[in-house]
Amino acid sequence: MAYALYPSEFRIERDQDRCIACQVCVRQCANDGHIYDSEDDFVSSDESRCVGCHRCGTLCPTGAITIRENPMHFKTNANWTARALRDIYKQAETGGVLLTGMGCDRSYPIYFDRILLNASQVTNPSIDPLREPMELRTFLGSKPDRIELDPSGKGIRLSTNLAPQLVLETPILFSAMSYGSISYNACWALARAAKVEGTFYNTGEGGLHRDFYPYGENTIVQVASGRFGVHADYLDVAAAIEIKIGQGAKPGIGGHLPGEKVSEQISQTRMIPVGTDALSPAPHHDIYSIEDLRQLIFALKEATRYSKPVGVKIAAVHNVAPIASGIVRAGADMVAIDGLRGGTGAAPITIRDNVGIPIELAIAAVDSRLREEGIRHRASIIAAGGFRNSADVTKAIALGADAVYIGTAALVAMGCHLCQKCYTGKCNWGIATQDPYLTKRLNPKIAERRLGNLLRGWSLEIKEMLGGMGINAIESLRGNREHLRGVGLTEAELKILGIKSAGEAW
Amino acid sequence: MKRIYVHEEYCIGCRLCEIHCLVQHSRSKKILKAFKEEFPRAVSRVLVEEHGYLSFALQCRHCEEAPCLEACITGAMYRDKRTDAVLCNEKKCVGCWMCIMVCPFGVIKRDLESNKVASKCDLCLGEEMPVCVQNCPNEALTFEERTET
Repeated sequence: MAYALYPSEFRIERDQDRCIACQVCVRQCANDGHIYDSEDDFVSSDESRCVGCHRCGTLCPTGAITIRENPMHFKTNANWTARALRDIYKQAETGGVLLTGMGCDRSYPIYFDRILLNASQVTNPSIDPLREPMELRTFLGSKPDRIELDPSGKGIRLSTNLAPQLVLETPILFSAMSYGSISYNACWALARAAKVEGTFYNTGEGGLHRDFYPYGENTIVQVASGRFGVHADYLDVAAAIEIKIGQGAKPGIGGHLPGEKVSEQISQTRMIPVGTDALSPAPHHDIYSIEDLRQLIFALKEATRYSKPVGVKIAAVHNVAPIASGIVRAGADMVAIDGLRGGTGAAPITIRDNVGIPIELAIAAVDSRLREEGIRHRASIIAAGGFRNSADVTKAIALGADAVYIGTAALVAMGCHLCQKCYTGKCNWGIATQDPYLTKRLNPKIAERRLGNLLRGWSLEIKEMLGGMGINAIESLRGNREHLRGVGLTEAELKILGIKSAGEAW
Repeated sequence: MKRIYVHEEYCIGCRLCEIHCLVQHSRSKKILKAFKEEFPRAVSRVLVEEHGYLSFALQCRHCEEAPCLEACITGAMYRDKRTDAVLCNEKKCVGCWMCIMVCPFGVIKRDLESNKVASKCDLCLGEEMPVCVQNCPNEALTFEERTET
């Protein structure tokens, strides 16, 4: 076999003074990066196999292992970076499309880091969320144009029929991650955490395993271009339905779950034969216009007797604002927008890293457009793609989102170390894999606990930030861009974000 | 009594339980010393059984009707009055291995390296929780009081 022309990405440094040759690293590496020599009772490493997932280093009982970026560097070149060269070497070796997992990791501007929040001083009082009530409850769904009241009977009665709503105790939902892309245990943990914390998780396009039907009240089911696992019970059991048009990590691209991951259980859930590739076409073959989309939205509403909200998920692309406007006019109750940094189980690197726009700009553009057109109330906006902490969530809501989807952050809470090798199916953390040796590494009880902790922690922090601003309900922050200021942004960026520059006052 | 329970569906076969058990029963109770300086090396009283992807850590079940207690010719094997744990007084043990012959779980080991006595799980008495349970990274071992059905 010919030599690989590039050095290994990582160096595995083993402190021999600490290594006790216990072989925990050997047993834990699904990539065979550690090798035990029983003759010498000695553990060594094959660095070319290391993906930098830190499983070995995390479990090593003596802390003997350090994973470092390989210091051997290509000659410095601003154009021909190590990354560019490495990709060419790999492509010249394989002749295929280079794949990756998770969201875009390039250094495009992160607008959340250039937006600052406001706080009250003197002229308006701040609120202490530990002493006073603070409301994070969020309703997702279409709101009426006007409300009519009927005062004729005893007391006042609401005579307007309200559209079905999702009620969230915190404005954070778990993003669409399919059973297939992630393990049964990971799905289970998401479902349980959503139920306990009073929010929702999303099945992705992989169907819903019958074991998870009891969590239906906290489940958003997806209808995607492959229509995997879509049937009457699936739609009935869910709290809401989401039509997936696009995904932030790979706008305009379909999906492909390799046949080797399609086990008996996944085959039943997706309703496809065992071992066959699950191919999601890039477009829905019955949707080529807003009118076509309207037909599907109403077909799903009819099928579920108008009892639950139907949303549409799109990737944030250049014309996201008019597209979202069309989606709202087509009758969607929720529009989910997935930004440039949205994650995936597998996508071509070149698509992930070069297609789409940052979610911050997309939220602002869509919110402004829908307001201008007077239809903002007709649908809720759920923003997705790269939310790292409670401040990102708060800023997104102030920019105009109703709630946010977290995918990567949820995976990280469960143990993901963002090695971006989801597409290999060898996730050492037991998340993005169907290998029975690996899936049992994710104990759903632990994962559920950690997800719940994350949601509760973020919710407390959001309350603190709201209190600081003198606001006692998340509703009052929604689209309230006066609470945001930009730093280091251009005129054009400030205009699109609809915010003032830091230092600018009323 | 409080027992160690095995959740084999979450055992990841890392064998950290074995490693920490060995350390706990070493002279120094320090991991680097136990492995690098103490010879003969202490013996782990828990063993991870593996078959394909199924694995679980097995240690003494502290049976209510313990055959090892019946079989012990010197009375080394005894039941701890306070905790109901089945323990081995290694000073009395003569290494006849009858306990090993009768143990239905195969969880008593011959400690040929150091003491030449029967070596078995002592539930890490004195610790808040057995070290195998404490150090299981996936909570595949739990230490709990259950009402037996």
